[in-house]
Amino acid sequence: MATLGPSHYSPYPVAVYENILPPPPGKALLFTEVVDEEVAMREAAKAMLTRENPTIFPGPQVIYAWNEEAKEKARLIRELAEVLEAKIIPMVDYRPKYPKIDPEKEINPNHPNLTIWHNNIKACIFVGVHCHYANVALKIIRAETDCFTIALCSNAGHEDAMITLRDQHADELRKFIEIAKEVKKEVK
Amino acid sequence: MSINIFKINEELKEFIPQEVIDLEEKATWGNPKRGVMDLPYAKELLEEHSLCAGCPESMAFRYILASLPNPEDTIIVNSTGCTSLVFPHIALHTVHSLFGNQNAVATGIKRTLEWRFPDKVKDVIVLAGDGATVDIGLDCTLQSFFRQEKITTICFDNEVYANTGGQESGTTVQGHVFKMAPKGKQWPKVPMWQLAIDSGCHYVVRMSVSSPKKVEQVVKKAIYVAREVGPTYLHFYTPCILEIGLNSDDGLMEMRDKDKERFKFFEYVSPQAEEVIAKKKEEGLL
Ligand SMILES: Cc1ncc(C[n+]2csc(CCOP(=O)(O)OP(=O)(O)O)c2C)c(N)n1
Ligand code: SF4
Ligand SMILES: [Mg+2]
Repeated sequence: MATLGPSHYSPYPVAVYENILPPPPGKALLFTEVVDEEVAMREAAKAMLTRENPTIFPGPQVIYAWNEEAKEKARLIRELAEVLEAKIIPMVDYRPKYPKIDPEKEINPNHPNLTIWHNNIKACIFVGVHCHYANVALKIIRAETDCFTIALCSNAGHEDAMITLRDQHADELRKFIEIAKEVKKEVK
Repeated sequence: MSINIFKINEELKEFIPQEVIDLEEKATWGNPKRGVMDLPYAKELLEEHSLCAGCPESMAFRYILASLPNPEDTIIVNSTGCTSLVFPHIALHTVHSLFGNQNAVATGIKRTLEWRFPDKVKDVIVLAGDGATVDIGLDCTLQSFFRQEKITTICFDNEVYANTGGQESGTTVQGHVFKMAPKGKQWPKVPMWQLAIDSGCHYVVRMSVSSPKKVEQVVKKAIYVAREVGPTYLHFYTPCILEIGLNSDDGLMEMRDKDKERFKFFEYVSPQAEEVIAKKKEEGLL
């Protein structure tokens, strides 16, 4: 459970205070290490394929058809879920819900741990969640659960995820799907 | 912003909760004739609220949100207070500003949107309590009127600082006693609607929210006039039933009582605003 952490006012331990920073352009982050994108993709696929109840959490940027890339990404996420044999639980928006969300059907950034606990999720992928809410949710998951988190981020990445892949767009998703297929052959 | 932000990608639809699918399929988008008569049938833009049970602010919220002519391209700026607790539940773009700064923040947003999307209609609305609008934020409120900013300002006047437990505000009636105003208010209620007229607003209304159809009409007029002419101001009585000691089902009667006295319907329309309203009536939008 959360303690009054080393990160000043944050009740949670925060990666930056452990000197973990987002990866530089062209690279990825694997725990505390800066690695090549392929290495991180392989490890991410391995985590999803070997841990219990792997789940993809798509956020608003890929759930809604607000541009052509979002439509394409939604299709690819579906494909990725099939390859990884993962469930899809959406983060439809960031509105708080009272008394609480239905953790079987959705995840909310204000208490993402409820969904992780309820479904016993041991590996997950965040994709299409806006930066600030991904930051909050990943910190809470990191502190409150033993779930292996993977961020497929279209911007600079999230140091609070265990694996961060940055600048991820449709092409990178296609590449990840191909790598996931290879890893699947090795581990299954 | 685009109406597409409410369209769910087909590939992911089967995983989406029903209330979000309803928001795409059953809410009224892209239809300026939407209004309070849709309330029983359409999906509302407010999922739930966190106000006291029976708080008239919740009625006001529902009527206003049902009446916006252009919700998909509307941004609402709010301020701290009971109202601000509702904003996270609204399925539109809303911005929470520092208490009292709401009209300054809205000014920046409106000007930026005009510059960024010159060919699109984007409505910017301020919605805040009486403490935020008339007391602590009065400077920002009036300055935005002086500058003729094209925004609609809506004040929820519950005649008290409700969210902080009952301090008197500028709009408290003289003599009123509140928990933290034990001697009774010493000065008269600030006639904010009059200040709005004197400061350059083109459409000004004072009323309670006891009549949904009337709320729809004045909200639409205020938004259309703000789009084309300049600032507009709506002053709504939304009594704090908690602080004046009423029951949850007493809010409507309280408003109806005051409809006959200090919140008697009052409307000011400038000559330019008259033209816009006449045009919108011709177009069948009012
Ligand atoms: C800058 C700043 N000053 C003071 C406050 C404390 N504060 C929070 S809510 C509130 C009263 C709000 O009153 P009003 O605008 O009338 O809204 P109501 O709660 O009555 O709906 C105050 C003073 C604050 N949050 N921020
Ligand atoms: S304190 Fe008053 S204004 Fe605030 S939610 Fe309760 S009844 Fe409404
Ligand atoms: Mg008030």
